[in-house]
Amino acid sequence: MSHFNPDTRARAEELVALYPQPRSALIPLCHLAQEHDGWLRLEAMEEIAGLCGVTAAEVQGTATFYDMLHTEPVGTYVLSVCTNIACMLGGALELLEHAEQRLGVRAGGTTSDGMFTLHEAECLADCDRTPCVQVNHRYVGAQTPETFDTLLEDLQSGKLADAVPSHGTLVRVRRSVGLQADRAAVAAERARTAEAQAARAAARGAEDSS
Amino acid sequence: MAITDAPKIITSRLGHDDSYTLERYLATGGYSALRKAFTMTPEAVAAEVDAASLLGRGGAGFPAGRKWSMLRKNPVTYLVINGDESEPATFKDHLLIERDPHQIIEGVLISAYALQVSQAFVYLRGEFAFGLERLQAALNEAYEYGAVGADIFGSGFSVDVVVHPGAGAYICGEETALLESLEGKRGFPRIKPPYFPAAIGLYGEPTVVNNVETMANIPWIVNNGGAAFAALGGGRSTGTRLFALAGHVRNPGTYELEMVKTTFRDLIYSPSLGGGIRNSNALKAFIPGGVSAPWFGPEHVDLPLGQDEVAEAGSMLGSGSVVVMDSASCMVRAAWRITKFFFRESCGQCTPCREGSGWLERIMHRIENGAGREEDLDLLMDLCDNISPGVAWPPQQTTICVLGPSIPSSIASGIRMFRDEFLVHVKEGGCPFD
Repeated sequence: MSHFNPDTRARAEELVALYPQPRSALIPLCHLAQEHDGWLRLEAMEEIAGLCGVTAAEVQGTATFYDMLHTEPVGTYVLSVCTNIACMLGGALELLEHAEQRLGVRAGGTTSDGMFTLHEAECLADCDRTPCVQVNHRYVGAQTPETFDTLLEDLQSGKLADAVPSHGTLVRVRRSVGLQADRAAVAAERARTAEAQAARAAARGAEDSS
Repeated sequence: MAITDAPKIITSRLGHDDSYTLERYLATGGYSALRKAFTMTPEAVAAEVDAASLLGRGGAGFPAGRKWSMLRKNPVTYLVINGDESEPATFKDHLLIERDPHQIIEGVLISAYALQVSQAFVYLRGEFAFGLERLQAALNEAYEYGAVGADIFGSGFSVDVVVHPGAGAYICGEETALLESLEGKRGFPRIKPPYFPAAIGLYGEPTVVNNVETMANIPWIVNNGGAAFAALGGGRSTGTRLFALAGHVRNPGTYELEMVKTTFRDLIYSPSLGGGIRNSNALKAFIPGGVSAPWFGPEHVDLPLGQDEVAEAGSMLGSGSVVVMDSASCMVRAAWRITKFFFRESCGQCTPCREGSGWLERIMHRIENGAGREEDLDLLMDLCDNISPGVAWPPQQTTICVLGPSIPSSIASGIRMFRDEFLVHVKEGGCPFD
């Protein structure tokens, strides 16, 4: 019995089919699982393990390395406030302090209503609009304490629901086609190349020893 | 102020609101370079890139043509594009991905043809949610148009491109860590040698890893010839390059500039570029190539924007990011924040980096917050020396990858250039800029 609903399961199988080795789909599948559940559940990691041909422990091992993969529940909106050098020069430490006070949680915490998780982020590569904030990994432009409060209100009232999907949904554009190049022909070509190389190497070896 | 009349090679479409669409791309010469490439042999295409002397735009600056030629002996199996852009204050690939994704795709397709690979992966950092959508939508269009997939434009050449999201880890910009990540693993850089994925890459097979901006240059090079590209710039730094300008300038942003013929002064002060320092303050220091690079002071603003020129002056052009700090900035706080970044992003494999970054961060934190001691300055330098013996530039390495030896840059620069400011923090028991 799949943990995923049929649509998610079908998308998972499509992802696996894109890679020469199924384990390469592991991170994309973790994102998909977060879209399904909002965070990365153990049941999802077990299913991903099956899809990738690895153990559930390996999925957990990978997932716990990356900032964006959450093995514990997070809020509907993950607010990432960058405080790295360019943003710090633009007042990010003050913004983060304001955010902590306003939300009543320290960076890393989730509000008791489950709406917001506050994350102190490293550079998000949008350094000409500082301090940079992302909500569920979508840029919302440079923020001041005042605009930040408005942002929270807009998120709470659902005003930004179209622009910012709830946490876990990373990419809303689905790949339209599977692989098109003839994989069997590719494999045969590779085998021929390897054979030719081996033959050349053997010939060189024979020359060297003669 | 004249900033040279070099053509815009990679930002030519960005003036259009619909620069990301296939329609605009085709209307502005898009995919003509791919069609032209198919009239040439793969070797001839590679030769043009070699003739362009295009230096990789990721940070290390290795010539792209030479990277490719290492693979002629060893047929390449995979092409992987590094779009993990995470070096702090670097935001150039971000722009190219969101605003001209087809240009990147065309570069990838031409490169795939030159290298004769049948599968390419574009690895984008996961935080580029919008960029991932833009690039996937463009790729879908390109498949439909017949520019990707089987028997492209009737040439007989076939290649598939897959857009792959990362999940938040600076270290995955290191190419061997990126390959590990692409194999579904933790982003642990691989032990060298082999130094290049050309020998052992994705799944252990020969692989070329190139940066997003490097790819964006390929269509122009094929259309105009490698010689035309090499005629721009100077010395080994040919062509134009995207510079990401951040910090205390009036107009932070990304600017495509001809290499070597433009200086840091042009970038920071020209009214059409940085526009000078905010609030008419004085320039205190700037970081010339990402936070891994040693800092420069005002005496270095007339240096040309060239890879070798910056290296000779003791730093690096790196990822093309320039961070400007004005006279009101605290250098201890700047160095502390950069050190905290490395501490958080160290993958933890090597002791000098894992432990050293944490020790350095704690000492920097206590100096900035008034609990520092005068002997902490020597202690910091001693720790830096443990991570990168001699604390010189280019740095010595005691770790698997270059993250470790990048850690001392900010602290060593801070102490060398602003020792008195560190001491004031200690003597006054706090930050004088608070």
